[in-house]
Amino acid sequence: MEKLLLLGAEAIAQGAIDGGMSGVYAYPGTPSTEITEYVQNNKIAIERNIHRQWSANEKTAVEAALGMSYAGKRAMACMKHVGLNVAADPFINSAITGVNGGLVITVADDPSMHSSQNEQDSRFYGKFAMIPMLEPSNQQEAYDMAYESFEISEQFKVPVLIRITTRLSHSRSGITRKELKSENPLTYPEDPIQFVLLPSNARKRYKGLLGIQSAIEEAAEKSEYNKYIEGKDKSLGIIACGIAFNYLMENYPDNNCPHPILKIGQYPMPYSLLDKIVSECEKILVLEDGYPFVEEQIKGYFDKSGKITGRLSGAIPRDGELNPDVVGKALGKEIKQYFKVPEIIANRPPELCSGCAHRDIYNALNETMKEFGKQKVFSDIGCYTLGALPPWNAINSCVDMGASITMAKGAADAGVRPSVAVIGDSTFTHSGMTALLDCVYENTPVTIIIADNATTAMTGGQTSPATGRLEEICIGLGVKPEHVRVLTPLPKFHEEMVKVIREELLYEGVSVIIPRRECIQTATRSKKEQKVKTEEVAQ
Amino acid sequence: MKADIILSGVGGQGIVSIAATIAQAALDNDLFIKQSEVHGMSQRGGAVYSHLRISDKPIASDLIPMGSADIIISVEPMESLRYLPWLKEEGWLVTNSIPFINIPDYPDLNLLHSEIEKFPNHILINADEIARQVKSPRSSNIVMLGAASPFLEISLENFEQAIKKIFGRKGERIVELNIQALHAGREFSLTHKEIK
Ligand SMILES: Cc1ncc(C[n+]2csc(CCOP(=O)(O)OP(=O)(O)O)c2C)c(N)n1
Ligand code: SF4
Repeated sequence: MEKLLLLGAEAIAQGAIDGGMSGVYAYPGTPSTEITEYVQNNKIAIERNIHRQWSANEKTAVEAALGMSYAGKRAMACMKHVGLNVAADPFINSAITGVNGGLVITVADDPSMHSSQNEQDSRFYGKFAMIPMLEPSNQQEAYDMAYESFEISEQFKVPVLIRITTRLSHSRSGITRKELKSENPLTYPEDPIQFVLLPSNARKRYKGLLGIQSAIEEAAEKSEYNKYIEGKDKSLGIIACGIAFNYLMENYPDNNCPHPILKIGQYPMPYSLLDKIVSECEKILVLEDGYPFVEEQIKGYFDKSGKITGRLSGAIPRDGELNPDVVGKALGKEIKQYFKVPEIIANRPPELCSGCAHRDIYNALNETMKEFGKQKVFSDIGCYTLGALPPWNAINSCVDMGASITMAKGAADAGVRPSVAVIGDSTFTHSGMTALLDCVYENTPVTIIIADNATTAMTGGQTSPATGRLEEICIGLGVKPEHVRVLTPLPKFHEEMVKVIREELLYEGVSVIIPRRECIQTATRSKKEQKVKTEEVAQ
Repeated sequence: MKADIILSGVGGQGIVSIAATIAQAALDNDLFIKQSEVHGMSQRGGAVYSHLRISDKPIASDLIPMGSADIIISVEPMESLRYLPWLKEEGWLVTNSIPFINIPDYPDLNLLHSEIEKFPNHILINADEIARQVKSPRSSNIVMLGAASPFLEISLENFEQAIKKIFGRKGERIVELNIQALHAGREFSLTHKEIK
């Protein structure tokens, strides 16, 4: 079959399509976004009309995917690691309800925090939910695992978690496809109360989940993704999870590693293979991209022998992603470096595009806030978070999606006046609406600026469900129509913006200001696409 | 055959197209490829890089180990120096000479150029001007690909084919302009690489 050059994220998408997926549900988030984008543009997905529109957030995504699984079809929900915090409730409970059609949750972790607030490791969630977990080491495995994951889910009747990290997600390699499977027919669960988690039924279902644990452990033992590779020199045994295996092999170019290796790609951890390597070898080095998930478990609480090494022992740095050099160093290899970075090299941090509407918003807000004092602006996650950097230094928080409004509320409750929130349109519909309702419910004096650029810009310009309906949402939630103010963020309207912001800052109640102008990047892109289209028509 | 390539520049300067073209050419040659790139936060006018590895044997790591890149191809002079720890001792530094200045503390350009000129194996090329000369001002990235091409074991025809595949959707004229940009960049390196 044909060989495709795909990002790890795209390989997962192609594997899921070929594996008979009927729907992908996701909210964008680096480094997971490309999975859904690939499905959106894929020919088979379009022909089959596979569900591929964005969800409002990760929780709604997992729930919708669970609904599709209820109806017997194969569904995948995708998100970045912190998205799984948002979706944790349906995620954990879907292990108790179990599935009908195969259900797969794909989570992309971001060790080193290239584009994230933390570097949490999703494998803990998989263990917490007590479900099978897959962690590919390369693009081909990413494809194969996604392809097979629905069957594993249907075999054990529970969801399956696929965990990848940034480097695999954003690295391209050739993959070979498998045969395209047909989609599942629509069927209802055999047991009509399978999904009813009333305590009496939940207890029963939970016992069922406990009951299959030995079977999913056995499956991991036998999995082709967990491999014991013999080695003569047993002074050291190496356990390599997921992509760490590649960094290990990079240090032994001709596959000539003298030590036994246990490559892990499927969890729960393969107990007897671990037992074999730990008892055979004098010392163990655990290589895993993320937290010391395996190391901590095999070391246990009381082992002070120093036999198990990795991130906890200091053999590998405790934080940050792995790479061939970090791994090489832990193996005692010499790191080559011939040139240093010259001292004159300056940092080049990301910045708001020139002409971006967020610039005009912060210019107006900063001028207005001069009169009201510092440290009163709570913000959120998106391009506008760059307002935390010079020259604006305009915001004082960025914690999790939606937190700007609720933190502004809490601060207002504590007496901060004025208390301001700056949030993007997509972040607002992701998690800001319930926060706004809290404010309306108590008529808390907060001024909420929803920076509406008609897109989810930070992650590359996906559509935003807020587009065209922000005023209605705010008024519908109970904000007084005269305190919903729409502005056009352009330098020529600076004075007017300052005036309106000032009026609302002085109002002792909930007000929403919506500066509205399309993101420069998406505007230019749609112009270009329009041009290509008209040229194609003309030809 | 094995080539470890680092591509660098500023978000939006088109290093992804260079990477895609080399990867396509390598794929057409039945070579193994791994190409890791940066998405997300740093794309907004920040420093971006890509690790591109091609080989006739399977490749293990998506990232290039330090001190082992055969070549750094940069569309911006300061960015070319940021990844020096990855360059091997006899590796090539091939960079555009025209800066992209979007920070207040951008270093003195003459100092930057002299840092680059310290390398025996360097090509410092005004890709913007060459792109204008071939009447394709937006193709300075492909000029850079051309400038790097003599150092890669991939034939000129393979690169041309790859450009046709990658830019085909944008029409014949764009393909033609990019092929001219490729040739012009290559020509520059062929005439300058012996002069040290
Ligand atoms: C729970 C969670 N999901 C997803 C993300 C990734 N993410 C960060 S900002 C953002 C979108 C921001 O869009 P918007 O609020 O419209 O602001 P813009 O970037 O357009 O200015 C996304 C999807 C995240 N950080 N956390
Ligand atoms: S991508 Fe859009 S929203 Fe983000 S900084 Fe650029 S113009 Fe502004």
